[in-house]
Amino acid sequence: MYRYNEFDDAFLAARNAQFRAQVQRRIDGSLTEDEFKPLRLMNGLYLQLHAYMLRVAIPYGTLSSDQMRQLALIADKFDKGYGHFTTRQNIQYNWPKLPEVPDILDALAEVKLHAIQTSGNTIRNVTADHFAGAAADEIADPRPVAELIRQWSTDHPEFQFLPRKFKIAITGSPNDRAVTRAHDIGLRMVERDGEAGFEVIVGGGLGRTPVVGKVIRDFLPRADLLPYLEAVVSAYNTLGRRDNKYKARIKITVNENGIDAVRDQVEARFNELRPLFKGVDQELLAQIEAHFAAPEFAPRDEAPYALAYANDPVFRSWADTNLAAHKAPGHAIVSISLKAQGQTPGDATSDQMRLLADLADRYGHGELRISHEQNVILPHVHKSDLPALHAALKPAGLATANIGLISDIIACPGMDYCALATARSIPVAQQIAERFDALKLEHDIGPLKIKISGCINACGHHHVGHIGILGLDRAGVENYQITLGGDGTEDAVIGQRTGPGFAYDEIVDAIERIIRAYLELREDPGETFLAAYRRLGAEPFKAALYPEAAKKNAA
Amino acid sequence: MARPFTPKVITANALLNGDVVYFTANDDWSPMLCDAEVIEDEAHAQLRLLEAERQQAQAVGVYMADVINGPDGPEPAHFRENFRRSGPSNYFHGKQAELS
Repeated sequence: MYRYNEFDDAFLAARNAQFRAQVQRRIDGSLTEDEFKPLRLMNGLYLQLHAYMLRVAIPYGTLSSDQMRQLALIADKFDKGYGHFTTRQNIQYNWPKLPEVPDILDALAEVKLHAIQTSGNTIRNVTADHFAGAAADEIADPRPVAELIRQWSTDHPEFQFLPRKFKIAITGSPNDRAVTRAHDIGLRMVERDGEAGFEVIVGGGLGRTPVVGKVIRDFLPRADLLPYLEAVVSAYNTLGRRDNKYKARIKITVNENGIDAVRDQVEARFNELRPLFKGVDQELLAQIEAHFAAPEFAPRDEAPYALAYANDPVFRSWADTNLAAHKAPGHAIVSISLKAQGQTPGDATSDQMRLLADLADRYGHGELRISHEQNVILPHVHKSDLPALHAALKPAGLATANIGLISDIIACPGMDYCALATARSIPVAQQIAERFDALKLEHDIGPLKIKISGCINACGHHHVGHIGILGLDRAGVENYQITLGGDGTEDAVIGQRTGPGFAYDEIVDAIERIIRAYLELREDPGETFLAAYRRLGAEPFKAALYPEAAKKNAA
Repeated sequence: MARPFTPKVITANALLNGDVVYFTANDDWSPMLCDAEVIEDEAHAQLRLLEAERQQAQAVGVYMADVINGPDGPEPAHFRENFRRSGPSNYFHGKQAELS
């Protein structure tokens, strides 16, 4: 894990002292809200429906056990004993009080965490594959590069007033778990002639205008990354629109100018910038890489795992859904679900956070990850420790065997918290999860991603859900539109709208009709929902969703 | 033709704790919707909004919200305001807990 140097510590301390003084000046009346708002947003402090909200970055989704314990302490001391993990690898506290926020930021700084650039028209928290450094399919750990980008982008003077926010995601694997094609810049590690480099994707994004990103460079040597990124952001800073907030993201810049014109401008700027990077960035990267050295994966007897797997059906079910292939023999990547049926997706209590930290110390080299799918990952666990880990998770409500299944739902905070929301998301997710749990259909249905957003801004990634749900306000009533066939992987696809939306009390039934149609129509239990949808198209699912219209058409 | 003016209250969040607050006829802020001044006249509404916005040390994000007059005082016209006056639906937090 990255360890701060003296410069990092001093920078963060100075920034926190500045913000403390700014909060003080707001409270004593020296600053108006108009003056203060951009300052608080630069430090991750929003004003939501019921209270302030502090968004804390978890850079590239990596946490140490000590950091997790400190997040728990903050939840207890300054909030209501819980935190909400988001789709961009942040944690949000929903109830901080303005005078206490400087103390929260100081508490975060004690464990090298911060809320800088988690809001505003800047380069946001760089997200990464949550299996980074552990996945069997990985070319290289993308986190050193993500850390380099974080250092480069933090307080970068040229990029503090971009036309709009700017999000970068990075993966070191050909299998994209970081939704790189739905980011302003997506970086996907690829190999050419035995050399690792990046496929650079630009102009992806969800929101009101969903766009799958386009490849602007199919192979960028690793050493050219920072000057190339700087060239892309610089071109966007020049070409991006500032006259209309809704046309300001780089996806619109790319669509309006064309990818070729944008590429030309980027390459021209890159040619200017490249000679100015004299290798300092590569020296820095080499230092950072040393911080991310993998732990020692010692071979041990795997018999305890095999024994539990053979004899304990509950453990077996959990192992089948929640484990992923690790690069080291005898090890597994463990996804711990924060989606117990009926609970709020992505929420963890302070007790759960402390337990996760302790289990990471005991079984996982003290390391944790937060996924964009709002779960917690222990990336390095030896298989012989899995039965004990599972037993420890169970009483804390953390052993739900549903990763990648219908109740593993992404949901934004929606109108229960968010000032921008047009409808609720959380209760819809809770009810869908409870419905299919009661029907005992979850494991039969198999891999299925439902994603729910409470407004058109699409924080819940509904466009790339196999089933997407978008909550809207239709004439003062909550209404939910359904999209089908979305996919957030390396083959990213934007889901297609089925037709008219459903009322709050109709949406769970509507989802059940889609699922029953799928179970009826699939060739065999091995054909996933997405595969069936791709084979059959939308029509049979629309017929199930709108039986009245289907009857009329048949008549 | 201009749309007829519908009853409104002035609402905001409290500067220090972010709590939802309502502007009262006494020029102060209450956490309870039933304490809010219900404004029935457009010209008066504009004046009161200016007066509320001037209270920078108390309130943030001041705006007018539609209400319906009921037997127990104003009721929110829109579901968003209904959530604001009670709290989130996933936990018993916020006003529903603090005012009960």
